[in-house]
Amino acid sequence: MTNAIVAEGLVKKYGTVKALDGLSLAVPEGTVLGLLGPNGAGKTTTVRVLTTLLRPDAGRAVVAGYDVVRDAKRLRSHIGASGQYAAVDDHLTGAENLEMVGRLYHLGTRRSKQRARELLERFDLTEAADRPVRGYSGGMRRRIDLAGALVADPPVLFLDEPTTGLDPRARASLWDIIGELVQGGTTVLLTTQYLEEADRLADRIAVVDHGRVIAQGTADELKDQVGGDRVELTLTSAADLETVRRGLAALATGEPQIDRTALRITIPVANGAASLTTALGYLAAERVAVRDAGLRRPTLDDVFLALTGHEADENTTTTKEKVA
Amino acid sequence: MNALQMALADGITITKRNALKIRRAPDLLGGVVMLPIIFVLLFAYVFGSMIDLPGISYKEYLLPGIFVQTIVTSAQITGYTLTQDLQKGIFDRFRTLPMAPSAVLTGQTISDLLMNMASIVIMGLVGLLVGWRINSSPGEALLGFLLLVLFAYAFSWVTATVALALRTPEVFNNIATLVSLPMVFLSNAFVDSSRLPGPLQAVAEWNPVSTFVQATRELFGNTNPAMPVPAAWPLQHAVTASLLWSALLLVVFVPLATRLYKRAVSA
Ligand SMILES: Nc1ncnc2c1ncn2[C@@H]1O[C@H](COP(=O)(O)OP(=O)(O)O)[C@@H](O)[C@H]1O
Ligand SMILES: [Mg+2]
Repeated sequence: MTNAIVAEGLVKKYGTVKALDGLSLAVPEGTVLGLLGPNGAGKTTTVRVLTTLLRPDAGRAVVAGYDVVRDAKRLRSHIGASGQYAAVDDHLTGAENLEMVGRLYHLGTRRSKQRARELLERFDLTEAADRPVRGYSGGMRRRIDLAGALVADPPVLFLDEPTTGLDPRARASLWDIIGELVQGGTTVLLTTQYLEEADRLADRIAVVDHGRVIAQGTADELKDQVGGDRVELTLTSAADLETVRRGLAALATGEPQIDRTALRITIPVANGAASLTTALGYLAAERVAVRDAGLRRPTLDDVFLALTGHEADENTTTTKEKVA
Repeated sequence: MNALQMALADGITITKRNALKIRRAPDLLGGVVMLPIIFVLLFAYVFGSMIDLPGISYKEYLLPGIFVQTIVTSAQITGYTLTQDLQKGIFDRFRTLPMAPSAVLTGQTISDLLMNMASIVIMGLVGLLVGWRINSSPGEALLGFLLLVLFAYAFSWVTATVALALRTPEVFNNIATLVSLPMVFLSNAFVDSSRLPGPLQAVAEWNPVSTFVQATRELFGNTNPAMPVPAAWPLQHAVTASLLWSALLLVVFVPLATRLYKRAVSA
């Protein structure tokens, strides 16, 4: 299978901050790569380099067979991009926005109008088509922006945090749309801070932190990297958490996690069902009251924590401090 | 499509986009229609009633100054719009499209030029209402309007350059006001520059705003014998000097704005 997107050793510095620090990735044609990382990890910078908006300081990248620096001009007819911040004109209507993009792809006036109508219909925006975008909801703006990226039916698509800031319903509707696109054979590079989103939409996931890919694979492969199942116990009293942690230390294959507000302790274990039985037996013997007990597969949150040493939703400042 | 055809076609697309924006944005539309009306009425009556000159209508003398001043203000819309667009993602979208990059600035300045032409027409009409008269030949009058249009276009590129260097709407607005106010008031637009104290007089006489005002006065036949033209070369040869200024502004600021645009969007 040929790769639609290849990046090798991309470096981009902003003063002393290394936004990209030797980032490499490859996306086979017709697949979806989820670029997963916390705020400030370098996701947007990666997308900007791959969509010709930014020249890397070092490294190279080839998209749809074109070098992003040397063949930038020709590459632009073969990619679509929808940014982290919707790139639409507030004062123009949805239809006018899309028609303008069509004309700038040099599709001609008639074809541009026709394409705009097709996309508006597909994205469920027909009713809002002739209203200025400034009155659109957040979800509608994201949809019209995504539609803009699809005007020329590009074989490679870049979506930078397509659902950040959307409510769950708008997010679900956008997920459906992206899912359909992928069915149609478009190669997609999608960035996200949401583990759930990468899990649901991407064939493969590349975890980025500090401008570098620190792990990649399918969601299952990544989960396997952090070991087996988790025994998750929700107690009724915070005082018991510590007791249980010590009592079940022999069972744990890694550091147990304690969430004091949820009164929950999560213990990585080797053989799931047997460990759960042991744990419950211990709780019964010690007369520790339990609200909930269960076994679960590691989530991408666990992956993240294991790989980076910090939670996925840590904010930018924390990440920056670590860079410095 | 060759490069030139593409630049033209894309320039027209962006011009149309901006024209639609101007029609839909109340603040911009207010600038086109209200600003020239308010400026003409306010300055004509406030200054026009204060100063009494023997044998000549001060309003006639004053109106060309108001025209130029209004253009200095409304050409700032080019810069302001660019800073606003810079803050949104729209230039990113443009840059991932296979369009001519030059189209963004040519489209912007041309749509603003159309807007400024509308505002020049409105100013002229309101001017006629308050007592301004054209006392020259139709050819000269036409040249007068063309000169105002040329000034508007060249000055748009100046504000575009400043905007692309400063990048945020608030900073741009502050700096633009800070620079344009003295530019207009340290000129012959509203006062007789020969009555200013020495150093200020030199500034006023070499100020390009004065050159354009003097040229417009001459072309509309609004010169005032009670206020003789100072000896400074740009005022003695105001029409030629205005054309030179326009050419100079375009030659310097078109490439400069283009370079700053590239830098501003590739950060
Ligand atoms: N234009 C810029 N100037 C200075 N620093 C920047 C700029 N763009 C990004 N950065 C820095 O580069 C790092 C990566 O940013 P970004 O790619 O936007 O991360 P993400 O999209 O993953 O949140 C961050 O530390 C950010 O502060
Ligand atoms: Mg980002």
